[in-house]
Amino acid sequence: MKRNGLKGWLYLLPAIIFLGLFMVYPLIDVVIYSLEEGYNFASSSYYGIGSYNFSYVLHDPYFMQAVKNTFVLVIITVPISTLLALLVSLGLNSIRKLKELFETIYFLPYVTNTLAVGLVFMILFKKTAYSDGLINLLINFLGFSSIDFIEGPYWAKMLVMSIYTIWVVLPFKILILTSALASVDQQYYRAAKIDGASKFKIFTHITLPMIAPMLFYLIITGFIGAFKAYSDVVAIFGTNLNAAGMNTIVGYVYDMLYGASGGYPSYASAAALVLFAIVLTITCINLLLTSRKA
Amino acid sequence: MKIILKNLTKIYPSRDKNKPDDVIAVNGFDFEIPDGKLIGLLGPSGCGKSTTLNLISGLELPTKGQVFFGDDDVTNLPPENRGVGLVFQNYALYPHMTVRQNIMFPLTNVKKKERLSRKEMEEKVLEVAKLVQIEKLLDRKPSEMSGGQQQRVAIARALVKMPRVLLLDEPLSNLDARLRLQTREEIKRIQKKTGITTVFVTHDQEEAMSISDMIVVMKDGVLQQIGRPQDVYDAPANLFVAKFLGNPPISLFKGEIKNNLLYIGDSAIMEKKLSDREVYVGIRPEGFEYDENGPLVFDLERVEVMGRDTSVVYDHACSISDNKRAIIPSETGKLICGDKVRFSIKESKCHLFDIESEELIK
Repeated sequence: MKRNGLKGWLYLLPAIIFLGLFMVYPLIDVVIYSLEEGYNFASSSYYGIGSYNFSYVLHDPYFMQAVKNTFVLVIITVPISTLLALLVSLGLNSIRKLKELFETIYFLPYVTNTLAVGLVFMILFKKTAYSDGLINLLINFLGFSSIDFIEGPYWAKMLVMSIYTIWVVLPFKILILTSALASVDQQYYRAAKIDGASKFKIFTHITLPMIAPMLFYLIITGFIGAFKAYSDVVAIFGTNLNAAGMNTIVGYVYDMLYGASGGYPSYASAAALVLFAIVLTITCINLLLTSRKA
Repeated sequence: MKIILKNLTKIYPSRDKNKPDDVIAVNGFDFEIPDGKLIGLLGPSGCGKSTTLNLISGLELPTKGQVFFGDDDVTNLPPENRGVGLVFQNYALYPHMTVRQNIMFPLTNVKKKERLSRKEMEEKVLEVAKLVQIEKLLDRKPSEMSGGQQQRVAIARALVKMPRVLLLDEPLSNLDARLRLQTREEIKRIQKKTGITTVFVTHDQEEAMSISDMIVVMKDGVLQQIGRPQDVYDAPANLFVAKFLGNPPISLFKGEIKNNLLYIGDSAIMEKKLSDREVYVGIRPEGFEYDENGPLVFDLERVEVMGRDTSVVYDHACSISDNKRAIIPSETGKLICGDKVRFSIKESKCHLFDIESEELIK
């Protein structure tokens, strides 16, 4: 037994070393950084240990703006994208002709480069000296005046951001949900038909409970993914996110490390830990809710 | 409620481009199932018996023909308006619902006006649960039950709306041998108690014979014979039915009628007042009588003792069946010795079939 145990550890060693070096150590380091007050990058020295970094970050208007942006994005995009994905999957599941074609079309955004897609969104939405962008042309056509989506009011920017995010996360959700729907045994639908259930009731009483585990999975990963939004924002609004008022928490962390006013690993670590706490809380709430239902 | 099928036909268009022929799953079915009886739809796999059941249930619509329940033409009615209960082969119990919710589900789907109150529904569920003896398991999930219990829940769910017709698709195929015996008696009991016209599908002839009031034998989508089990067994309409029914299966020989005598090989077996021709001779295993002076001489392969009776495995040059077996009472079985055995044949257990059409020669 003892020898076997030793052998087991030996086999696990490469993985443990790898994970320890690249996951556990950085995690611990982030916590240490976040507690070192007045850390200086150049001299690697600090004044003392305490919670000043957290209080600085939490009082930083840029950070609060980033938190607000992130939350707005999460609250808008997660429910809408999940619902939309469910509708599209139900549609895909019920058609026969050209099913594969449509599946491919809906999956395309997933394999398209984020920045390239961002560029396309710029063309659609951005106002330049030469053109107001395609969407504005449409708005003008309907008799309204142009809106500057990229540098205009907050709601307009958030709208573009939300549409973009939903569009980017949709394919994966559709993929998961179509396969979940396809894996529901047809026999249940036949049984429900015999039992006289209406189409709506079949959906709420058979389909939904059957794909519920996958839905919960998508909601949880959707929340986590949306809280970590960054590259999508950069793709549309560029790197100077604080100026655009569109920064996200991860964007703030990045700026604190490498941005124009960067070089503050302590603030960055504190912000990262705040994000971690938020994600942890939301995930725990999610799990509690779903486990009660199951 | 009697069920009448009129020229019922179901054709599936071919999906295979290399085989453009359409598949005729059910071909011109014409028969009547009397009210309040238990009917076994019997046939080998792929003979269209499940399709027939689906056509009766309304899950599939016929290409041609009509289905009547009593005097109502239900051909174009959806399943929920036909008043049918269907027990699926794999039961199809909703895994996320408790047994109670499963059984109650059909009741909750009734349109607003006719819907029962919650309390009435509960009573109905309890009543039908008692009928199938699962009233103690109502709060379990299907996954926490044995196959036999799940089967009962499925029957309860099919019965809770008191359907005009109860349909069971291979109801016993997922149960082990012992449970199968028990459940088939259970089905018979429930059917008798409720008096609902019940149709069940099976490929097991023993299952069908043992509990059915009537059996319907099918092959390749074509009705072969319909009748009471004993009648069908005693007078099979053709070679297929003769071979399909009976365990051990019927013994088959190539025979010939010459001068009003039936010959197997060189031995004249019995008198038959028929014109001279070649025939297939089918003899039920219990149709052989041990007889030291009997006309039929077999090479004796071996004798299998089964206690109540003895199974004689024989060989004969004219035999054309895989199963060469005669069943005789154990008292006479004891007398067998040597490498030859002689039998005489009971006339009622011996059937002649036309070589061309394979139909029974009367």
